Amino acid sequence: MPKRDDISSILIPGSGPIVIGQAAEFDYSGTQAVKALRREGYRVILVNSNPATIMTDPDLADVTYIEPLTPEVLEAIIAQERPDALLPTVGGQTALNLALALSENGALERHGVTLIGASIRSIRAAEDRRDFRDTMLAAGIPIPAGGPVHSLAEAEALAEMAGYPLLVRASFALGGSGASWVQDPAGLPEAVRAAIAESPIRQAWIEQSVAGWKEYELEVMRDGAGNFVVVCSIENLDPMGVHTGDSITIAPAQTLTDREYQVLRDLARQVMEAVGVATGGANVQFAVDPRSGQVVVIEMNPRVSRSSALASKATGFPIAKIAALVAAGYTLDEITNDITGVTRVAFEPSLDYVVVKIPRWAFEKFPGVDVELGPQMKSVGEVMALGRTFPEALNKAVQSLEIGVDALDGTGSGEGRKGKDGNEGNPEFVEGLRRPAAGRLFALYRAIRAGVAVDELASVTGVDPWFLGQLVEIAALEQELMRWSPELIAEATPDFARLLRAAKQMGFADAHVARLLVKTHPHPSPLPQGEGVGFGELPSATGRWAGSQTLPSPTGEWAGSQMLPSPSVEWAGGQMLPSPSGRGAGGEGEIRALRHQLAILPTFQRVDTCAAEFEAQTPYLYSAYEHADEARPTDRRKILILGSGPNRIGQGVEFDYCCCQAAFALSAMDFETIMLNCNPETVSTDYDTADRLYFEPLTLEHVLNVVERERPEGVIVQFGGQTPLNLAEGLAAAGVPILGTAPQSIWLAEDRERFAALLDKLDIPQPENAIVRSLDEARIAAERIGYPVLVRPSFVLGGRAMAIVGHESQLAGFVEQALLAAPGQPLLVDQFMEDAYEIDVDALCDGERVVIGAIMQHIEEAGVHSGDSACVLPPYKVSAYHLDFVRDYTRRLGLALEVRGLMNVQFAIKDDIVYVLEVNPRASRTVPFASKATGLPLARLAAQIMAGKTLAELGVLEEPAVDGFFVKEAVLPFKKMPGADAILGPEMRSTGEVMGHAARFGHAFAKAQLAAGMGLPLGGAALISVNDYDKGAALKIARDLYRMGFSLYATDGTAAYLARTGLPVEPVNKVKQGSPHVVDLIRDGRVGLVVNTPLGQQAREEGSTIRIAATQMDVPLLTTLSAAAAAVAAIRALRAKDFKYRSLQDHYRTAGQR
Amino acid sequence: MTAVQHATLVLEDGTTLTGQPFGAPADAVFELVFNTSMTGYQEILTDPSYRGQAVLFTASHVGNVGINPEDYESTAPQVSAVAVRALSPDVSNWRATAPLSEWLAMHGVPGISGVDTRYLTRTLRDAGTMKAALSTRGTSADELLAAARAWPGLDGRDMVREVTCPEPFHWTGDAADHWITGANRADGLKHVVLYDFGAKRNILRHLSAAGMRVTVVPADTPAADVLAMQPAGVMLSNGPGDPAGLPYAVDAVQQLIDADMPLFGICLGHQLIGRALGGTTSRLKFGHHAGNHPVQDVRTGRVAITAQNHNYQVDIASLDADAVEITHLSLNDGSLEGMRLRNRPVFSVQYHPEAAPGPHDSHDLFGEFLTLLGGHAMA
Repeated sequence: MPKRDDISSILIPGSGPIVIGQAAEFDYSGTQAVKALRREGYRVILVNSNPATIMTDPDLADVTYIEPLTPEVLEAIIAQERPDALLPTVGGQTALNLALALSENGALERHGVTLIGASIRSIRAAEDRRDFRDTMLAAGIPIPAGGPVHSLAEAEALAEMAGYPLLVRASFALGGSGASWVQDPAGLPEAVRAAIAESPIRQAWIEQSVAGWKEYELEVMRDGAGNFVVVCSIENLDPMGVHTGDSITIAPAQTLTDREYQVLRDLARQVMEAVGVATGGANVQFAVDPRSGQVVVIEMNPRVSRSSALASKATGFPIAKIAALVAAGYTLDEITNDITGVTRVAFEPSLDYVVVKIPRWAFEKFPGVDVELGPQMKSVGEVMALGRTFPEALNKAVQSLEIGVDALDGTGSGEGRKGKDGNEGNPEFVEGLRRPAAGRLFALYRAIRAGVAVDELASVTGVDPWFLGQLVEIAALEQELMRWSPELIAEATPDFARLLRAAKQMGFADAHVARLLVKTHPHPSPLPQGEGVGFGELPSATGRWAGSQTLPSPTGEWAGSQMLPSPSVEWAGGQMLPSPSGRGAGGEGEIRALRHQLAILPTFQRVDTCAAEFEAQTPYLYSAYEHADEARPTDRRKILILGSGPNRIGQGVEFDYCCCQAAFALSAMDFETIMLNCNPETVSTDYDTADRLYFEPLTLEHVLNVVERERPEGVIVQFGGQTPLNLAEGLAAAGVPILGTAPQSIWLAEDRERFAALLDKLDIPQPENAIVRSLDEARIAAERIGYPVLVRPSFVLGGRAMAIVGHESQLAGFVEQALLAAPGQPLLVDQFMEDAYEIDVDALCDGERVVIGAIMQHIEEAGVHSGDSACVLPPYKVSAYHLDFVRDYTRRLGLALEVRGLMNVQFAIKDDIVYVLEVNPRASRTVPFASKATGLPLARLAAQIMAGKTLAELGVLEEPAVDGFFVKEAVLPFKKMPGADAILGPEMRSTGEVMGHAARFGHAFAKAQLAAGMGLPLGGAALISVNDYDKGAALKIARDLYRMGFSLYATDGTAAYLARTGLPVEPVNKVKQGSPHVVDLIRDGRVGLVVNTPLGQQAREEGSTIRIAATQMDVPLLTTLSAAAAAVAAIRALRAKDFKYRSLQDHYRTAGQR
Repeated sequence: MTAVQHATLVLEDGTTLTGQPFGAPADAVFELVFNTSMTGYQEILTDPSYRGQAVLFTASHVGNVGINPEDYESTAPQVSAVAVRALSPDVSNWRATAPLSEWLAMHGVPGISGVDTRYLTRTLRDAGTMKAALSTRGTSADELLAAARAWPGLDGRDMVREVTCPEPFHWTGDAADHWITGANRADGLKHVVLYDFGAKRNILRHLSAAGMRVTVVPADTPAADVLAMQPAGVMLSNGPGDPAGLPYAVDAVQQLIDADMPLFGICLGHQLIGRALGGTTSRLKFGHHAGNHPVQDVRTGRVAITAQNHNYQVDIASLDADAVEITHLSLNDGSLEGMRLRNRPVFSVQYHPEAAPGPHDSHDLFGEFLTLLGGHAMA
């Protein structure tokens, strides 16, 4: 069937801000869908509230709305744009829920909009557990025993039937919110209460526990003609019980026979049919009992998902793109497989490599939260690695994590955990492995190394013995490596070469190998000089390789079954770059040099969807140590762009946006673009984004490998956040040309001492500051500067371990934490600019000229991390006088640092003085927001500057005018982190952002709040509970709310203060004063707005219970008075006039005419 | 015997790779083919169609789930040798009873692990299927090369004689029957004769599950003997090698067609029908050996994902379009995947509807065969 011609325009809702459980993968899938449908000639209207995304780039869709994702807003846009169809399957659960709401309220019918890619029936059947269960039972598909409940009584009755342990979840909730395991009747009431509270339809779901069973997922695709394919099978390392988003996963599945696999495939097909998925991608999750092979279906998602993004990257089969095309009427046999260029997508990818995904968590940002992994997803990002074998992929995935670890025992070159030995064999240690937690893989490996039996570990953890057996192989090779002294290496070089090759084939990092050799031989003489090292017969036996019990007496077999002995490398391009001597290079550089001597060089293999049956036309590559290389580099002019690695708090999709923009810009300049990244959720790792894609860890070793193979003209390190910047020194030391701003300038800006000197030289005010290396020095510096002071480590992103210290008594604790967060680095102690306004500036510089891109004012006052503060463009409370200083200082700094590309400057304005807080000569978090607000594509322009253009040549000479107001609001994950205090501070904790824009500030702010899921009330009751410092300022807020018809509640101190002015206010008990107290008030849904400012230790605890309650109940919560004042302005604006919605394209058009 | 540290694989073009030996210490000469299935090595290794060939698995890890008593397509491994990237040191599966390597050793089949299977696959893809030799007992590369070059290969040879059953027998089922879903044994049993050219057991299981009583006969059984059994229909099984090496089988098929006997052919059986109709068969560059091949039913446009294992094809141009309807084509390369006769109760497919291993998308064909038999009986 060809594409549908009865529709010509399609509305696509995105997934909104990045939150835990719904992240950058939907930028990837949405972007693919938009591109694919537009290429087919459809007019595509995109709605997403998240400005950091690539999909909201105004060049991508025909019409782009950055507006709140609510049914009301969507209906208004539908009325305006009159789309023929709505595609709800690429915007996560958010888009499906929107489609459901718009269908239920009749909006789709009213406006004649056809739903494509999913039906209301299929959305309901897959998402409503009762419906799903009934559907499965009717189709004869096996599922765990269970059912829905609406009360504790119903829950108890059902629990009786199904038996403990039980899984309790909230129906229709995202990413497993409100879900928990219940071991016995005592745990049931709280679990049921939490699940009902979390469910938008106030329904909990109770189910027989299949904890400990093996967990599998199939990513499947179906077209309108009924053609069905499995794109990818995924096996979870962690058994059932850990949310799949928090599990280490492996593709393809490794421990199923074909009989068993085909049972899953048949069931997946039946589930698709039973649920009624007519077209598109879906994933089906299974639990398999490892003892009997019994299979049950756990759930299915009738849409693209995190797993489908992973499966797309793992196989080269672009699920979202194909889903969009089949939704538009194509059948799978009509769509060409991009990778081979000759076959069709009606097939099932075959993998001749192994893919491993490891999640990345951010528990260090949330002290006090439960770090145990369970049915509620807690990770904030993930990495993926490809290898020819599981050990290779696993080791590469560990190296990709950027947690300072490069080996499975948890050791690494950086700030990593210590791989300490000693107690791993103890029963307590092994028992501790029962608890799934972030670092369990490392602990598991250490237990194996300590000799704990595979069977015992399998029974404690539920990890399949096959994977544990592979860890045994890795550990054995590690032991073997440690036997080698420099003398022995010199004596038996060919043997060592074989061993080293085997280690590299298992994915060992050079740095890890270096540590292993040094561990037993602490003073290694320079490694031997090889001359034409031969690979003839092995001399004497050098130890036995454990684990290969099936080999017939393999004396001298180090490598077991994983090893490829052949040393011949077909290509000639492996000339080595000068040995890097930068940060962390040391022993790693020596191993690299040795590898070159011994001709142990990586090969690059293609991801081709078909296990080499057809030739791959698309250069999507990963490294291995095989017989033959397939990179086939071109001799075009080329630039390598380093991506930003796993998403984490402080470094998210905004940097991927910048990397993609760079690729687009450089491609347009006729450069060949090469992307290197390891994050499967992103657009940058779509094979369609850059000309060539290397899916590799962002470590010096792997980047140098690609550089040696590709020989690019230069490498771009400015766009991927801190990740590539951390590599810049090593790259520069190896003689790799860094494009744009010189690394020296980047380091100067990061080096507090030299930077302070530069500001002095330029006569630019800065807060009082000092660099200290110990608690004593910190005490002296703080005394000199005067409390409160800001304490933080240098060289970290996202305000890690940054704290405001009010008194000397608190100093020791914070200094200790900061020293721990960044060992060996000095700490910065700065004057804290209390009550200052903060300003962020993004600017372009070509070395000769600086053009301001955007000036943004923070809404929260100084002390809240810039990533967590709402901000407004243009500034709404800063005088032109001060802005001129801001512009002038930006210009001076850009020229002084000889910036080529982007720079971000942070200012504070206090007592009429403009201070510079910091300069980052690189892309900042605000670049996509600023670009979308102003229409000036900052990242694209910066990439062109780095490639040699001047601002004059680009025609960019003026700071862009901004029409109306653009507010960016941060979205925080407190709800997913039970026990976390919803308080803002100098350490960044938001996961995502939204944008609201309007002609007036109030409306823009209100839209941003609505988009962030905190829709402001127009009336009702407000609760005010503020600290003593804030009581005066809170009075105005209380008065304004009262005048707009709000009734007021306040805790006693605040109530007394307000009552004195004559405001009618009802006092409520603090929690410790007994029920009914303030938390009861919030839990009962009697307030629609909470203003609570914390400061000081005792108020903090009281406030924390208020904030947690408000967060859990979704009551808008304002923790700073400046935000509260903005909210009051927003409520006032909303009461006066309704929202208007305007696409970015319309906005630019109108603004351009002014 | 002294322990050998490495295995040597030599292709007829001189390509030589060394790796670790597993399975039996032995030398073997064969045609080397790659299979891209990610699951089901036990079924593949026991598929008699692989007689004379060694299988190169493209999947990274092989041996993970060991060998179990159920997943047999014949009683023993049929391949000459096995090549893998990484032989699993451990077995993990609730049905496993033996490790792959021990099982192969027991049956005298040598294997090589730790070779760049992707490189070998690309070599075979680009140059075509090659003769090759493997030693796991220290035979030199030169000797292996000479042996590979001297070996006659499979073209024109009768490999079926090595795998067909010696005597007729009635199929009574085996341990894997319970894996066939939707069994319909109650329906008045039709008697079917299966010509065993090297039949995969799953064909027998499916015929039986679809409601047929099956008599298996040796490949050289004269057509007259089969007609004398008065079966409702005849199944022509899969099997190894070149259909051009089986003139006696082509004769028999021709007679059965002329006798209006309902016929269903799979793989080699399909090729024999093609030749019996006067068509020609030819060698594919590197064959189809996979569990992911799309086949389009040209009558409905529907695509099935199929299991395939063949080196030869029936040439479309050689068929008489008036007599033969093309029903299925490969979506990958357009080669013939299925046909039926316009005026006779005969149909056949080049791929494997019985799967094992592979997707179950085409199981319905056994139901279609039953329908065909019903129609015949009623006429």
